[in-house]
Amino acid sequence: MFKLEKTDQTLLIVVGILTLFAPFILNPFPEGSAMAQFNAGYPDLMQRFVIFGIFAIGFNILFGLTGYLSFGHAAFLGVGSYAAVWMFKLLSMNVIPAIILSVVVAGLFSLLIGFISLRRSGIYFSILTLAFAQMMFALAYSVLTPITGGETGLQLALDDPRIFGASQTPEGNIPVPGLFGLEMRDSFDLVMGSWVFTFNIGYYFCAMVMIASFYLAIRIFRSPFGLMLRAVKSNQQRMNYTGLNTRPYTLAAFVISGMYAGLAGGLMASMDPLAGAERMQWTASGEVVLMTILGGAGTLIGPVLGAGFIKYFENIFSKINSTILHEWFAFLPDGLEDFIVAILYPFIGKGWHLTLGILFMMVVIFLPGGLVEGGQRIRSWLQKRKSEKNTPNGSTEPAE
Amino acid sequence: MGILEVKNVGKRFGGLQALSDVNLSVRENSVHAIIGPNGAGKSTLLNCLVGKLIPDTGSVMFDGQSVLGRAPYEINQMGISRVFQTPEIFGDLTVLENMMIPCFAKRDGAFELNAISAIPAQRDIMEQAEHMLEDMNMADKRHMHAAAMSRGDKRRLEIGMCLSQQPRLLLLDEPTAGMARADTNNTIDLLKQISDERDITIAIIEHDMHVVFSLADRITVLAQGTPLVEDDPQNIKGNPKVREAYLGESA
Ligand SMILES: Nc1ncnc2c1ncn2[C@@H]1O[C@H](COP(=O)(O)OP(=O)(O)OP(=O)(O)O)[C@@H](O)[C@H]1O
Ligand SMILES: [Mg+2]
Repeated sequence: MFKLEKTDQTLLIVVGILTLFAPFILNPFPEGSAMAQFNAGYPDLMQRFVIFGIFAIGFNILFGLTGYLSFGHAAFLGVGSYAAVWMFKLLSMNVIPAIILSVVVAGLFSLLIGFISLRRSGIYFSILTLAFAQMMFALAYSVLTPITGGETGLQLALDDPRIFGASQTPEGNIPVPGLFGLEMRDSFDLVMGSWVFTFNIGYYFCAMVMIASFYLAIRIFRSPFGLMLRAVKSNQQRMNYTGLNTRPYTLAAFVISGMYAGLAGGLMASMDPLAGAERMQWTASGEVVLMTILGGAGTLIGPVLGAGFIKYFENIFSKINSTILHEWFAFLPDGLEDFIVAILYPFIGKGWHLTLGILFMMVVIFLPGGLVEGGQRIRSWLQKRKSEKNTPNGSTEPAE
Repeated sequence: MGILEVKNVGKRFGGLQALSDVNLSVRENSVHAIIGPNGAGKSTLLNCLVGKLIPDTGSVMFDGQSVLGRAPYEINQMGISRVFQTPEIFGDLTVLENMMIPCFAKRDGAFELNAISAIPAQRDIMEQAEHMLEDMNMADKRHMHAAAMSRGDKRRLEIGMCLSQQPRLLLLDEPTAGMARADTNNTIDLLKQISDERDITIAIIEHDMHVVFSLADRITVLAQGTPLVEDDPQNIKGNPKVREAYLGESA
């Protein structure tokens, strides 16, 4: 099925099921319970999971396969967002043309930037991409204000000259992005006992796009082109003396990953039709690097896991405040309670970066293959335990 | 006129004249050995042939066309493959994948955006690669990581990769260094076989005289960056100049 190998097919199906049932899976705790704040099943966050998943999947095609570490990919996400918002302003509120333009514009920008940056490799390549991204951020933030909205960002207005569609709704509001009549922000709540599950059109649209992107990434990984990209990472010298020109291979990978970033940016603007320069800042570029490494660079599923992990932390851990901590530890004697809260406090709320940083360091040091390697280790450990149980005398079969 | 014509090539590294006034003519379909003591400039000469270095003076013609100023991948596509002194293979890939890459390069050229079809669907490439692995006696290692192999096996893989491109000129830089005796003999047999069966010219740098005298039709002795003599093997053995510069030294 899908022209994939068995394991890849299974992976795709699992990812598909998880994304489709995410509103259930991410909301395991009943509404109003103490644990409810760990629920992540609200539309805004779920959209971010899959959008950043797409961003990281694309980034991994460049970094995971060729080893070229771009520090400027947020720039492509940013131009994707601007392109989409302009499409909403000028053409129509349908998300399809907006997203197409996002991908095309991001592709053009990455072609130009990639063409120049790929003249160097290693750290110099990274610095070049960083420099380009920062230039684009600076341009978007100030010089190009008429196009980008500068500091305030690019927003829809009541007098946008939309060619297909009205400038205002009959009620005098700004229309919202949609897909042939389906509004992206529309949701449907399913109440089951004390649980509430929200199904959001925007989320499901993004989820479909992510599954398609993931499928495409699998095909690229398993293609002759994917093999060439891994060969670039392994030994460029051998490539050259085998009659292969590495430059167009790396450039193609760069452009493809830039287009993925543009797609993510376009989706972001489709969920919430505004675009700001901060999306292009170097911290945003760094974030996708973290996602990819944390999840497992060069693996198929790693970047998606990494993106989910970081976005969960950002949104859930950052909301825990000292009042909540006090509630949790209220059962302890007062002095001890204050002491524990004081110790934990730096790691929560605004301090979630600290927790994330520590986790990231642990992963890089102990699990260089990222979360995927962690999963593999747990699985082989479980298998070992199982086989030990089956052979009571303790003699285990050697692996392989 | 040989298939490879090197004329008056000179190359300087700072204060060191690594090559000076090198003339070399390699006849088509012959095995030409280049020997000489360590540091004689043998590898540097090969580097000038494959586009890794550009000589300061002189010309290098392959089949009537100059190779100078061309990128290594272009020179390779002209029909020159090279095996390096330290094995250059794709360590992160499996042995089979290593073997497939030159097959792709041969079929599709320097760049081809074939990003959607699955690798196993490339039947012809798979067959060629598997076939070459069998020829090299490495079929059982096909799923091994190339980096995990012994040095001798890496070298044999590299030779196989170059051969699967069906080059017109094969350059070998000490192909048997680091190989066990049995592997060395296998390699000699293999090289003999391909030079007999195929239209291929081989230029080989080698320290092992057993290898040199079993294979070479013609020998050039290089010392301190200049060719000392170029002659047939039987004449080289007795040449006093060679004995002094090279054989005498190692005896
Ligand atoms: N890139 C370089 N920069 C500076 N010097 C170099 C460079 N490459 C080679 N040399 C020097 O040029 C001389 C010739 O080196 P070369 O590698 O060609 O020798 P060789 O004949 O291949 O020796 P061996 O038998 O040890 O492989 C040596 O003295 C070496 O140190
Ligand atoms: Mg050498």
